[in-house]
Amino acid sequence: MSIVVYVEQSAGKIKKTSLEAVSYGFALAAKTGEGEVIAVALGSLAADELAAIGEAGAAKVLHISDERLNAGVIQAHASAVAQAFESTGATTLILAKSSLGDAVAARLAIKLHAGLVSNVVELPRLEGGFVVKRSIYTGKAFADTTITTAKKILAIKKNAVDQKLDGAKAKVESFSATISESDFASKITATERATGEVLLPEADIVVSGGRGMKGPENWGMLVDLANTLGAATGCSKPVSDIGWRPHHEHVGQTGVKVAPTLYIAIGISGAIQHLAGVNSSKCIVVINKDPEAPFFKAADYGIVGDAFEIVPQLTAALKAAH
Amino acid sequence: MKILVCITHVPDTTSKIQFTANNTKFDSTGVQFIIGPYDDYALARAVELRDQTGGTLTALNVGEAETEPTLRKALAIGADDAIRVNSFPKDSFFVAQQIAHFAKEGGYELILMGRESIDFNGGMVHGMVGELLGMPSFSPVMKLELEGTTVKMAREIEGGKEHLEAKLPLIAGCQEPIAEWKIPNMRGIMSARTKPLVVVEPVSQETQAEASSYQLPPAKGSVKLVDKDQVSELVRLLKNEAKVL
Repeated sequence: MSIVVYVEQSAGKIKKTSLEAVSYGFALAAKTGEGEVIAVALGSLAADELAAIGEAGAAKVLHISDERLNAGVIQAHASAVAQAFESTGATTLILAKSSLGDAVAARLAIKLHAGLVSNVVELPRLEGGFVVKRSIYTGKAFADTTITTAKKILAIKKNAVDQKLDGAKAKVESFSATISESDFASKITATERATGEVLLPEADIVVSGGRGMKGPENWGMLVDLANTLGAATGCSKPVSDIGWRPHHEHVGQTGVKVAPTLYIAIGISGAIQHLAGVNSSKCIVVINKDPEAPFFKAADYGIVGDAFEIVPQLTAALKAAH
Repeated sequence: MKILVCITHVPDTTSKIQFTANNTKFDSTGVQFIIGPYDDYALARAVELRDQTGGTLTALNVGEAETEPTLRKALAIGADDAIRVNSFPKDSFFVAQQIAHFAKEGGYELILMGRESIDFNGGMVHGMVGELLGMPSFSPVMKLELEGTTVKMAREIEGGKEHLEAKLPLIAGCQEPIAEWKIPNMRGIMSARTKPLVVVEPVSQETQAEASSYQLPPAKGSVKLVDKDQVSELVRLLKNEAKVL
């Protein structure tokens, strides 16, 4: 039985988190010992971009080239993916958790009458049912969840599996979906997106600043450090609340939950609501002048000292080590 | 206009999470329960829109009797009446079916809720209700304005936002900064006691993906401190020991 993966694009590029989802599908197919991965890609995409999905583990790509799908119109995407999924006869659909992915997955669950689990952190266990481990309580715990329906949808959290890069080119087939006008009834009138930056929810390294940075004018050194590391920048809730940084950089319980390989927190005390947004990070570094800052208890490495002195030194040391 | 706001009854964000009964049940000992923070934003915006349109606002929760104080708080903040669907919220699909049924029965034109609950974090119920009712659904919505039957919204996407226009009826999963949280005043608290709170039984028992057991993450080892004059040592540790560079 094949495994279908819904892949998202952003401006003609397949998103990295979607390629991770393809690799998750590949690992799941290997575990069940049957079938191959079929990716479903929507909107205008170049042939080589589509074939490259194979490197992450897809044998085949179903491409629905309808250019109205370039934008993430939720209902239209859900209709298109449902039709492609049904055409394959597959029972498992994988996708990466994201702003669009979540919204599409929920509608697909009803359309396909499929049991849906979100925030999946590892491959399912297949002994005694289809048991999926998911992150709950904003990363403070995990739940084993048994899906009892024949069809299943898994929304994968970042870093659930390592992305595979050694696959072959995928075979690309075009697929035509019938999407009603009413599915396009809601209109996206404008999109504001930070350009030329690493996007926070997808970043492997995140450099975050808190009130200890004293003001938005001091963010330059954080941005320098982030650029040196190829990292995204984030911030604590107070920082986005006072408007030093935009809301989409707020990391925490009610902001973006990140799961990078490396999280560097600078001048953030580590309130429990902030920790909830970062506790899936592989390695946490804390730089704070207060040795009693609660964040040190959640950190792997720490430096007690003045961020204004340490951050430029750290940037220089990283450049020297390259 | 009839507005429905769906709220969750969840542990306070500062709660220590623990499990009991051989890791099959959440341990609520000493835990304070609140309206989900995202639902609180939805509720605040719903109150503003009710006042703007002169309509009515109903708060709904799927939960057992212990969630009633949370529903009463929603009434104190400004909902006109409340519905409690009398069941433990077993999974997203179970909850979505209840909301879809009572939303349809009540003829609500705008259904707001938080982008996700902060216990199970699924963020799926609004989309499921939308598909069940054949209505568009949007999440996470950070701005929502009504102009007649047109709804203008901003939805957060990775690294930015998307501006949208859609027609009523619709469903939105909300987050900040859609509105400022509202704190109930004394008059609200007094009037909440006498506002109608109807208890109804669930319309379906069907579930698809119920949690069966829970685990806590492994305990974190202690932090390794690097001297502030040895910053290059941190780089060495990240490269060679943690292997994250």
